[in-house]
Amino acid sequence: MFRKFLEEGELPYCKGCGHSLVANNIDLALQKNNYSLLDLIVVTDIGCHGIIDKSFKTHTIHGLHGRSVALASGISAGINNPKKKVIALVGDGGATIGMQHIIDAAHNNFDITVIVHNNMLYGMTGGQPSEFTPYGFKTTTTPEGMKRAGYDICSMATTAGAKFVSRVIGTTDFSDVLAKAFATKGFSLVEVMEICPSYGVKANPGMKLKNIVEEAGLEIKNFVDKESDSYQAEIRTDLKSLFNDYDKIPVKYKSDINSPVNILISGSAGEGVQSAAEIFAKAAVSSGLNVSKKGNYPVTVGVGFSSSDIIISPNEILFTGTKDPDVIIITSKDGLDYSSSTVKSSSNAIIFCDSSLTLPETNAKVIKFDFRNKVPVKNVSLYALLYYLNYSKIFPLDALLENLKSDKLIAKLDLNKLLDFSLN
Amino acid sequence: MNNEKSIIFTDNSKIVIEALTQAGADVFIGYPITPANLLYHYASKRFSVFMAAPDEITTLQWMAGFSAVGKISVTATSFPGFALMIESINMAYMMELPMVIILVQRLGPATGTATTGAQGDLLLLNGMISGGMSVATFNFSDELDCWNISAKAIEFAVKHRTPVVILTSKEEMMTKKSMDINLLPAILKYEREFYNSDENYISYKPEKNLVPAFLPLGNEKHQVRITASTHNMKGIIQNSTVEAMNNSKRLHFKNFRNIEDYTFYELDEVPGANTIIVSYGITSHSAKEAVINLRNDGKKISHLIAKTLLPVPQKYYEILSNYKTIVVAEENLTGQYQQILFGSKPDTNIISITEFGKMISPAAIIKQVSNYV
Repeated sequence: MFRKFLEEGELPYCKGCGHSLVANNIDLALQKNNYSLLDLIVVTDIGCHGIIDKSFKTHTIHGLHGRSVALASGISAGINNPKKKVIALVGDGGATIGMQHIIDAAHNNFDITVIVHNNMLYGMTGGQPSEFTPYGFKTTTTPEGMKRAGYDICSMATTAGAKFVSRVIGTTDFSDVLAKAFATKGFSLVEVMEICPSYGVKANPGMKLKNIVEEAGLEIKNFVDKESDSYQAEIRTDLKSLFNDYDKIPVKYKSDINSPVNILISGSAGEGVQSAAEIFAKAAVSSGLNVSKKGNYPVTVGVGFSSSDIIISPNEILFTGTKDPDVIIITSKDGLDYSSSTVKSSSNAIIFCDSSLTLPETNAKVIKFDFRNKVPVKNVSLYALLYYLNYSKIFPLDALLENLKSDKLIAKLDLNKLLDFSLN
Repeated sequence: MNNEKSIIFTDNSKIVIEALTQAGADVFIGYPITPANLLYHYASKRFSVFMAAPDEITTLQWMAGFSAVGKISVTATSFPGFALMIESINMAYMMELPMVIILVQRLGPATGTATTGAQGDLLLLNGMISGGMSVATFNFSDELDCWNISAKAIEFAVKHRTPVVILTSKEEMMTKKSMDINLLPAILKYEREFYNSDENYISYKPEKNLVPAFLPLGNEKHQVRITASTHNMKGIIQNSTVEAMNNSKRLHFKNFRNIEDYTFYELDEVPGANTIIVSYGITSHSAKEAVINLRNDGKKISHLIAKTLLPVPQKYYEILSNYKTIVVAEENLTGQYQQILFGSKPDTNIISITEFGKMISPAAIIKQVSNYV
């Protein structure tokens, strides 16, 4: 046979190995489809099939065991050019390791052809079974035969959304099937059934490949053959900088503080701790202050405590970690549980705490207020910060109100209630 | 109204993503993981190509695919995801594919605490490449570094055909601060050069600075061979021929030699000081604050902030050799950078300040350092 895509001479496989036949059929199929050498990108990985890499005259890339399909997916999405053909070669061992990649590539409909060299065992490492090894098939580590059936990759790829899937027996000319797969737009897969002459034949003397395939219930057929579009990476060209004018905070107000104030607000998830802290922080920025804010919460963001450390300072803020806070605002039981050790150890702090809560013993100054009953609980954090700001006047209340009015939250707020700090 | 400043209130994740894209990064591929989520979020709005991968191994494989066809790919993850990426980062290192991996450290071991910061992954990076090599690793000390060093990370990766790690942490990427964006200098997009000769292209033939010229897989002019297995200059797999061994060794020397021009650090020295604090990443602000307070108390103390971490720039040894006592402050249990710099049984003049599960406070640094100044 005339070779166009493979180097002349012997291929690097054991005598009788089906992999040579696969390589020659690939060459023939590519010729049938009139590809030129540099239209092709052959992606291989570890396993006997992968050493064909050096025999291809096309672009080649040789990666990690089981990952050729994922690598080919990235190449195809990256090159985004239907003129280029990306072929991923993989063994049954590699397909076992990288099954997720095959399912995922079919699911995303990446424009690649996967050729699974299924010789039913790991040939390069001594003939151990893969997840493709059929029931009853003997390998070096399962001399009694496999006790379970192997994967039917063709059915799996079809279910995952492949556009062309076929299984062939690797003893004949199957270049037409490969040519069909290569011509398919989108994801195609051909499984070639083989038997490893070094391990498979020796462990299963006298067994014919055709019979093994038949007994395993692996049908030789086209599973799917659909017209479709393939995955196209969306390339966005109209993107703007993440820094926009809307984010700029004009300094319109003034603060008289001359040293940093560390504020800890501690409440419950769902009660607006983080959003209130953000609005408060931005208001401090608009008052000419340097500000940092960090949130603390469990990974389940919708339940349990939620707290925020805010530092406001006339000077540059360096360390943003939790220091002994100057102000502790506690709006709920969760918030108290989270901050109770800080409360106990604070002697110079001033604590604003909901009336319903019992604080541990502390030398700090404590101001109790009925935050939770005065406003809906989802606004209790904002209310407590407004209360604190009205009390301390560390920057103008108007700064916070202006930031609040430009926030989408405002539509859902009753400002009269939020600014009512009377005891009744 | 202050007309000279443009103040915004932002986390550093936004700064990093904006800088990477302005420097020329094309594609972000990722899998959401705390505390790298903000990077993922901003990337989905800013990168011209954004792809959500089903897992972290796929992430790195897709990135390698994009990189092999001439794109500049970026991802962001934390230890659990990074651990899954390591074999593929080795692959990209061997294939010589440029990419940037942002590792946002959180508290381990294992899944640990996703919402608590840490500096616990540096020792893993040192020697992460099988054979004992390390990938170039940069980190930030402040928001200006997030801007400048992100751009430099892209430049280093592309110019030297190599994966690069940006090592950062939860508090650095998620804490919000007010800042003046007018202080951020313009970033020029890195203009990469592809091989453009008519002579046959040899994928791994070293040229300037031990770096082979790059040509995308799939180009119309020359065959390109890329491989992760031991190979000769043509990209043909070989066992341990002299040519193949030289090629593998070149990968180390390429990074080791070229890191010199990308050695970023901040040195704040006081004449007559015998003690120097070494910090990096999230601990740098704390150390800076400690230094200010110590000096206010009349103590003579110097400070080195390391921003290029690996391979260890030899310049650091030159600086540190002028000091009697060296204090390395970092947020992990075992003093990782101290071990990398001075070994696991350092001299008595090497002092390690560590913290596990919370940020090192300026007070903790002052307390320790006061014993030596």
